[in-house]
Amino acid sequence: MSKPRKQIILGAYLGGVNHHTVWSDPAAGSQIAFSSFQHLARTAERGRFDFFFLAEGLILRERLGLIFDQDIVGRPDTLPVLAALAAVTEHLGLIGTINATFNEPYELARQLASLDHLSGGRAGWNVVTSFGAFTGQNFRRGGFLHRDDRYVRAGEFLATARKLWDSWPADAVVADRSSGRFVRDDSVGAFSQHGEQFDISGRFNVPRSPQGRPVVLQAGVSPQGRDFAAGSADAIFSPYRHLPEAREFYQDIQARALRQGRPAGSVRLLPSASFVLGDTEAEAVERHREITRTQVSGRTAQILLETVWNRDLSGYDPDGPLPDVDPDPDAPLVIQGRARLAQDPHETVANWRALAEANNYSLRELAIHVFSRTEFIGTPAQVAERIDSFVQNDGSDGFILGSHLTPTGLDEFVDKVVPLLQERGSLRAEYTGTTLRDNLGLPTPNTPASAAA
Amino acid sequence: MPALFPLHLAVALDGTGWHPAAWREPRARPLELFTPRYWVDLVAEAQRGLLDFVTIEDALGVQSSRYDGPDGRTDQVRGRLDALLIASRVAPLTAHIGLVPTATVTHTEPFHVSKAVATLDYVSTGRAGWRAQLSRPSENSHFGRRDIPRLRLEDYATPEGQALVAEHFEEAGDFVEVVRRLWDSWEDDAEIRDAATGRFIDREKLHYIDFKGRWFSVRGPSIVPRPPQGQPLVTALAHSTLPYRFGARSADVVYVTPRDTYDARAIVEEIRAEQHSAGRTENVHVFGDLVVFLDTAATAANDRRRRLDELAGSEYGSDALVFTGTPAELADLLRDWQRAGLSGFRLRPGAIPHDLEAITRALVPELQQRGLFRTAYEADTLRGLLGLPRPANRYAAA
Repeated sequence: MSKPRKQIILGAYLGGVNHHTVWSDPAAGSQIAFSSFQHLARTAERGRFDFFFLAEGLILRERLGLIFDQDIVGRPDTLPVLAALAAVTEHLGLIGTINATFNEPYELARQLASLDHLSGGRAGWNVVTSFGAFTGQNFRRGGFLHRDDRYVRAGEFLATARKLWDSWPADAVVADRSSGRFVRDDSVGAFSQHGEQFDISGRFNVPRSPQGRPVVLQAGVSPQGRDFAAGSADAIFSPYRHLPEAREFYQDIQARALRQGRPAGSVRLLPSASFVLGDTEAEAVERHREITRTQVSGRTAQILLETVWNRDLSGYDPDGPLPDVDPDPDAPLVIQGRARLAQDPHETVANWRALAEANNYSLRELAIHVFSRTEFIGTPAQVAERIDSFVQNDGSDGFILGSHLTPTGLDEFVDKVVPLLQERGSLRAEYTGTTLRDNLGLPTPNTPASAAA
Repeated sequence: MPALFPLHLAVALDGTGWHPAAWREPRARPLELFTPRYWVDLVAEAQRGLLDFVTIEDALGVQSSRYDGPDGRTDQVRGRLDALLIASRVAPLTAHIGLVPTATVTHTEPFHVSKAVATLDYVSTGRAGWRAQLSRPSENSHFGRRDIPRLRLEDYATPEGQALVAEHFEEAGDFVEVVRRLWDSWEDDAEIRDAATGRFIDREKLHYIDFKGRWFSVRGPSIVPRPPQGQPLVTALAHSTLPYRFGARSADVVYVTPRDTYDARAIVEEIRAEQHSAGRTENVHVFGDLVVFLDTAATAANDRRRRLDELAGSEYGSDALVFTGTPAELADLLRDWQRAGLSGFRLRPGAIPHDLEAITRALVPELQQRGLFRTAYEADTLRGLLGLPRPANRYAAA
């Protein structure tokens, strides 16, 4: 192979508010205590991972007007946890999901720049938006954003945040005792943005951070989402886990980035994934079977299918056949606060019926089959080989890995799979840089000229 | 005369100290202001002195000597990091001292502030607090979402000005109310992990706060379970009747700025009266704020302050009394003000590290000798250090 070996990018996430995280396991630890986050972050750093990743949700999910109680509920606020993790790690990037709908650029840009300073250049932001009235109930403006405007909001927010991050030249702070000059000139931080979403101006109050601009992550599958991510993100969540479609997505994103004038290789693609290991393949498969049965109880199976049917399915036997009624997508939502599948529910249900019939699946077995997302099941050697070959064949640039078990689930991956990836020459043995951009092999953005104001 | 009870001590951290020329002192570290090491060192020093807590100043605008916007000066510290994130960064590296960042309430979301302070309480295992502060009018254009009349400082005394200020503090009161309700929106034992019934939580122990007010409505519950202290500390700085009322109704610690003993007594009485008329029975601390320049010889402290004034080009003034003298003289003053009814003090070091170390290494031993200050940390939480109980949850069935 003439192509140089790619270095695999690895992120670690703490499993949380969904059915994948098995809270009933005797080894399952706290989802809220800082010690859990510290354990996972340090484990990831021991495994020479690129970053730690935290998801976010700004309202508790509800089913038929009642708060979900069968999955993990509750989580800490993203940025304070990342700032605290900066104190107990040295190299690990710290990426958080933060909503662009219910934040304002001045406040969020300064929080992210502060995190970048406080971590020595390890901050990253996964930009998401939310629309609709449900989440808005917790905020001053309510659910103001229309679905069609979500990329308008995200795009203008990001552009504004970058203006703010660029508003202090890198050499603005002089602190020269003898001349008595603290800042180079009195225009530091000057900015203005007059757009559809934001009409703001003034002085930003955080000096340029070590990375200049924190790393930006995005997710998007629609053509609009792909263009936005390819044009403005440093890394993109890829939803594709099968090589052919993943390669196609990879090439499409790289082409879109080039068309938008970005240099080749300026965007990283990262699917999230989970793993189950065993000493033999059979053992791993059996372990996986047990884990998925714990993840998807009968009740959870009903609820997972309700996200598509949009009907109360609690009366259907989980061990019986699929519900014989049609989905009811136009009714008030049965499940609130959970991302909905993008597909047409009627089509999805038709496919599932065919799948259940062909395999003789019960309701629960179907839910296990379609909602399990464990990509890597096998011996450490098999898992290392599959991860490496997926990346070397441009299915992605790496993976964001999570486990069903908080906070120790990643331990065995780091102990058993990481050394094999290192042996293959696909994962660093030691960190070589200091910033998240260094870890990801991304260039540091140009610092604005001192004279600019 | 021995003290009736020990006093509480906090230190207010802001840049290289409160004097605008402090960054030019030989031992100042102005180029490190935006590094974590700087803040870790400062808070560790405060913890070495067994202080109750540190506050960290913050604002959503650049520092200015003018109230109404940028002043065009380049000779003073400009720029600051988010105080709540500084506190979070420091939390895992400290073990006893309380961490009280400032967060403004005018343009921010009560839901975000509530979960951020709750999370600071988790990462510090029960040492979080918060200083609630109004934004300056010059911060409005940074958000552009609210048309708030721009009050000049001299307008505050007019009836229109007072009406507007009253409104701002009413909103601040609503803000704190929402933050506090969200902290209580999970009962302590809401997480049950009951495998038999497949329930992670008992949803009966989560509560919608359903706050509906003039400025905002918030439904809840929080996404963060009830923090370790139940209610992290709420604090506020107050200089006159309207903010005294806000503090007396909403805060656990009110910082005030008396000029002398009589003033201290009058302010404490006013706050107690406000507290009484609000029907609030729990303990509310009233702390005296002082800017301090400390040296073992009073002349040295005076010389240092004069030298800094010369560098700054004007005499340093403050909303708080500026104390210049020896640690023993300051200890006398604190004792007198304590007898006037203050339960503690928030000292603003004129220059860091000099005056911070003078507090931790000279003033504290002086107070300890007099039996006025602790000789070891006696509690694991910030509320515990301040003698405040962990409050019952307002939503829990009695």
